[in-house]
Amino acid sequence: MKIVLKNLTKVFPSRNKKEGGEVIAVNNFDFEIPDGKLIGLLGPSGCGKSTTLNLICGLEPPTSGQILFGDDDVTHLPPENRGVGLVFQNYALYPHLTVEENIMFPLQNLRGKDKLSKEEMRERMLKAARLVQIESLLERKPSEMSGGQQQRVAIARALVKMPRVLLLDEPLSNLDARLRLQTREEIRRIQQETGITTVFVTHDQDEAMSISDMIVVMKDGIIQQIGAPQEVYDDPANLFVAQFLGTPPINTFDGSVKDGLLYVGDKAILETPGVKDQPVSVAIRPEGFIPKAGGRFVSHLERVEVMGRDTSVVSTHPNSRNTFIRSIISANSKLVKDGSNVTFDLYPNKVFIFDAETGARIRFDLKDGE
Amino acid sequence: MKMKKNDLKGWLYLLPAILFLGVFMVYPLIDVLVYSFEEGYNSASQTYHGIGLYNYAYVLHDPYFLQAVRNTFLLVIITVPVSTGIALLISLGLNAIKPLRDLFQTIYFLPYVTNTLAVGLVFMILFKKTAYTDGLVNLMIQWFGGQSVDFIDGPYWAKMFVLCFYTVWVVMPFKILILTSALASVNPDYYSVARLDATPNWRIFTKITLPMISPMIFYLVITGFIGAFKAYSDAVALFGTDLNAAGMNTIVGYVYDMLYGNSGGYPSFASAAALILFVIVLTITCVNLLISKKHVYR
Repeated sequence: MKIVLKNLTKVFPSRNKKEGGEVIAVNNFDFEIPDGKLIGLLGPSGCGKSTTLNLICGLEPPTSGQILFGDDDVTHLPPENRGVGLVFQNYALYPHLTVEENIMFPLQNLRGKDKLSKEEMRERMLKAARLVQIESLLERKPSEMSGGQQQRVAIARALVKMPRVLLLDEPLSNLDARLRLQTREEIRRIQQETGITTVFVTHDQDEAMSISDMIVVMKDGIIQQIGAPQEVYDDPANLFVAQFLGTPPINTFDGSVKDGLLYVGDKAILETPGVKDQPVSVAIRPEGFIPKAGGRFVSHLERVEVMGRDTSVVSTHPNSRNTFIRSIISANSKLVKDGSNVTFDLYPNKVFIFDAETGARIRFDLKDGE
Repeated sequence: MKMKKNDLKGWLYLLPAILFLGVFMVYPLIDVLVYSFEEGYNSASQTYHGIGLYNYAYVLHDPYFLQAVRNTFLLVIITVPVSTGIALLISLGLNAIKPLRDLFQTIYFLPYVTNTLAVGLVFMILFKKTAYTDGLVNLMIQWFGGQSVDFIDGPYWAKMFVLCFYTVWVVMPFKILILTSALASVNPDYYSVARLDATPNWRIFTKITLPMISPMIFYLVITGFIGAFKAYSDAVALFGTDLNAAGMNTIVGYVYDMLYGNSGGYPSFASAAALILFVIVLTITCVNLLISKKHVYR
């Protein structure tokens, strides 16, 4: 079931009555989620991603705009008639019911022609439990299970009524780091096995990048960029997106373009053909540095952190906006020192420049073969 | 050695409380137990002429005591479920409305801070028949074409009705207060999930709300039982101090009368009656606890 959001806007009245005004949590959203895909809504807290989820499931009415599931306009449909399954951040499992009763709960609500017999209900419940691999825990109460198991029960409860759309609100935020890795793969597997269109909300870019078919990066209620994770990472639309994606985060500098050359400080570090002279923000991915004698990018070495597979070089530069610059180089390549400085060449496709004022991307032509 | 010193310190801290509780609670309790077995105890001369179960036998055969037991049980059985049920309904209503909620909460809480005797006075005006007026309630009964009833000095059922009405009204505010806060503390996510799953309202209530607030309901039922068993001042406020004559005495009222009332000066009988009440309350509370183990979600 594809989901279409058309000019979707949600405005909340401001909490502060004296100041008045309003908060635009979701600002004119316009995009289509293709059928059977896993979509990550990504952004810092307060960017409106949970509100978007609530709009899709119907717990909040939109201020304006339209929501379509396939060809059905569900904008004014109450949540119970939309056929959505929602997994809450805290799972919201009924604490006084066992796993089995929790999963059965939505089925027991079915009335009229949808009413199921006891056997059918049990059948469906077992199928959902098997899908999330908790069939051995059916007799447990939620308090007797780990966070990861509770999460699975919550997903099973959302899936058992066979919703058209599955929504997950910060599904991994209550899990420890190890479980998080495991669970996100689990979510991916369940999504692919069921083929159900799934939207999940997260503030963790790792999470979104690793399992989504498509990510939607949001800030202050406005969509910044939509695309496949790798696409967005390799080709950020603005400085915010470039900074938000990637660990370690991208290195940013104050710079300028003069005569087709990009300067950081008084050194030209890259050719940027076709860009007019102007001050710019420069962002270089940590993996964009190549150690090289006489390289054009020179920074002051602070320390080297060995991480096994590769090496993280921590250095400083007077024009850097971050305290430290982090460069990730392969453990095999040798760092080139020049006194207390290190010298690098740069991969041009790992260097992005942005308008110094608006943060909008300024594109330049890459030379062939790079 | 260190441990011992710490122990001593701990006991020293506890000493004031232990002394206080010992003198004013534990000792009197033991004393009551002793009195209840001392036959013909005279508090003035501190003498008695035998030890045995005569006091219990006397009390259990005293028609006034049996009347008091009957009244107390009726009061308990009627007021506890009724007051808890109505309080739950009102709390659900309060929880569902947004505008004027604070106003209504205040109104419902007012009886709690009102003096028992003042409330009694108001009830007199509502229910009492005098030479000049039949009372507001009787006026209304007549309005609807009924026969006026003397609620204060009239038939037993009418007096019982007023006493129960009064008790329910007095205990309600506290229950509403507890239940509204219990309802407000239920995580709203449960309701969101239930809504998304198209759960009918009655099912949300019986399967989610009720289990979630069941510990509080249980608390109210237990304290309600205990409170109703100890009822006394409410009856005095309505029917005056000579409750035996009015036929509206309660067990605690009987104990009080045995100590100080018209028939006063029988501490042994009073002690025996008090211990019987204690056993009754203990039994009921234990039964409550047993039932709750099965039905209360923790």
